[in-house]
Amino acid sequence: MKKIYAQEKYCIGCRLCEVYCSAVHSEYPNDLVKAFNRSKIVPTPRVKVEEDRPLSFAMQCRHCDEPHCLKACITGAMYRDEESGAILNDAERCVGCWTCIVACPYGGIFRDESKSKVVAKCDYCLDQGDPACVKNCPNGALKIEEGGE
Amino acid sequence: MQYVIVGNSAAAIGAVESIRNYDTENPILVISDEPYHTYSRPLISYYLTGLRDEESIMYRPKNFYDRYKVETMLGRRVEAVVTEKKQLKLDNQEIISYNKLLIATGGKPFLPPIEGATGPDIYNFIKLDDAKDLKEVAQPGKSAVVIGGGLIGLKVAEGLLKNEVAVTVVDLAPQLLNSILDAAGAGIVKKCLEKKGMEFHLGTTAKTIQNFGERKIVGLADGKEVVADFVVVAVGVVPNKHLVEDTDIKVNRGIVTDHAMGTSVEGIFAAGDVAENYDVLFGQNRVIPILPNAYEQGQVAGANMAGQKSVYPGGFAKNAIGFFGLSMVTAGITTAPDETFQEYSSQPTEDRYLKVVIKEGKLVGFVRINAVDRSGILTGLLMQQKDVTDLIPQLISEEIGLIDLPQDLRKARLKGDAVQ
Repeated sequence: MKKIYAQEKYCIGCRLCEVYCSAVHSEYPNDLVKAFNRSKIVPTPRVKVEEDRPLSFAMQCRHCDEPHCLKACITGAMYRDEESGAILNDAERCVGCWTCIVACPYGGIFRDESKSKVVAKCDYCLDQGDPACVKNCPNGALKIEEGGE
Repeated sequence: MQYVIVGNSAAAIGAVESIRNYDTENPILVISDEPYHTYSRPLISYYLTGLRDEESIMYRPKNFYDRYKVETMLGRRVEAVVTEKKQLKLDNQEIISYNKLLIATGGKPFLPPIEGATGPDIYNFIKLDDAKDLKEVAQPGKSAVVIGGGLIGLKVAEGLLKNEVAVTVVDLAPQLLNSILDAAGAGIVKKCLEKKGMEFHLGTTAKTIQNFGERKIVGLADGKEVVADFVVVAVGVVPNKHLVEDTDIKVNRGIVTDHAMGTSVEGIFAAGDVAENYDVLFGQNRVIPILPNAYEQGQVAGANMAGQKSVYPGGFAKNAIGFFGLSMVTAGITTAPDETFQEYSSQPTEDRYLKVVIKEGKLVGFVRINAVDRSGILTGLLMQQKDVTDLIPQLISEEIGLIDLPQDLRKARLKGDAVQ
């Protein structure tokens, strides 16, 4: 299973990954300005930049082989996409109980503030080609690969 | 080879999905006394409030049984297991043979010794049928007494209140949510619910329930009486283990299971709320009746039924729950049982409270009220049992991140699959 890996040494904490992640999950996936200026509520980014200068890195769902979130999900909303292997959340079935948030040791699942009471997590931008965070990182600090560092 | 699973909830579904990872051919039979497609038990509180209907509380899609090649006998009760013949006796006298059996019969309501605690207008809140019955009577303007101020009691109380039913909660414990919260956290929840109009009699217990015309009078141990239209007994759940009574399957509080989720009888497994297994934080065997553990135990049982060597590492309680928008997550031991444990917490406010319980430098429990975000990072530390002495201020701050962890733990988490 491929994962997105953060290269701490190249991350400068610019948060462009968060910006592009929000945009790509908004009603205007291809337009940053509209995504931020026209969305009623800008979607919560599904990647989180953590920073304690000089250290910073971006973190998102690990798409685990043994996903704690999926096992913990009380509704069955969290599932593994058979084709890609990605762990996805079905917003229709999610009730926003937050059990997956307390189950995920990586802190990779977020409360989505743009929708009422559901969780947001990395979906690898499956319908967009490469993940937006990886594509738009100016320093190549995010890499998608099998078993990186 | 015939797999038989008694039960149709999280543990059963975990087992089915796991068996089919390893064995796509041999038949699986699921038997349940409930007539429904697999549904999520915790979602019955969403059904009661009207946020979800019967269709949308289903735990797996409609095509689940077809897809996983599962035969079902729904609405059929298993009366007995005859271990020496590897057979089940059903309520219609039918005999079912099995090679591998999973008992995933869940929990049933604990009925305290209250005089008059059965009969009409007295309800429980465990199954969909319970919620359907309650939904019928939960009409605006009615009143209810809920006996039990734990997870089930408060969820049903909240649901009734949202249906404009006046609710009084009675609990023997001096605080609410005794099993998952400490006194300070429970105080925040109580205030929130009182503001919504809920009334409480804590530190006392219901002794009698008597008819009073069309209504009920609940007599309390402290001498008070509460009159209401109906009563919900929601004191807790106990393992639904009638199936294994009078067999050689070893039972303690729940059905005793080993690391493979096997019982004392070969070929018979148990998982979920009916099973007792190792609590890694309490250091002893316990029943931990929560859905995530049920699913995971079912998965392990299923793998072993299919001939794998899968190990259940033990579990601990973790809960995410909310009332009227007050969200909280708690895990493990939330009140220090003795002086070998230390407690550290934020100053509780009206709607926020963060706390950790530490033993020998390791995290053994936490409470986070209105500070849900990224709380799983703490859950990971509970699982890993690494020394967190230097992290305590961060652990009770709202902004917990992987960046707060020591470098080795941080790197391992960034890599993924580091916490099993």
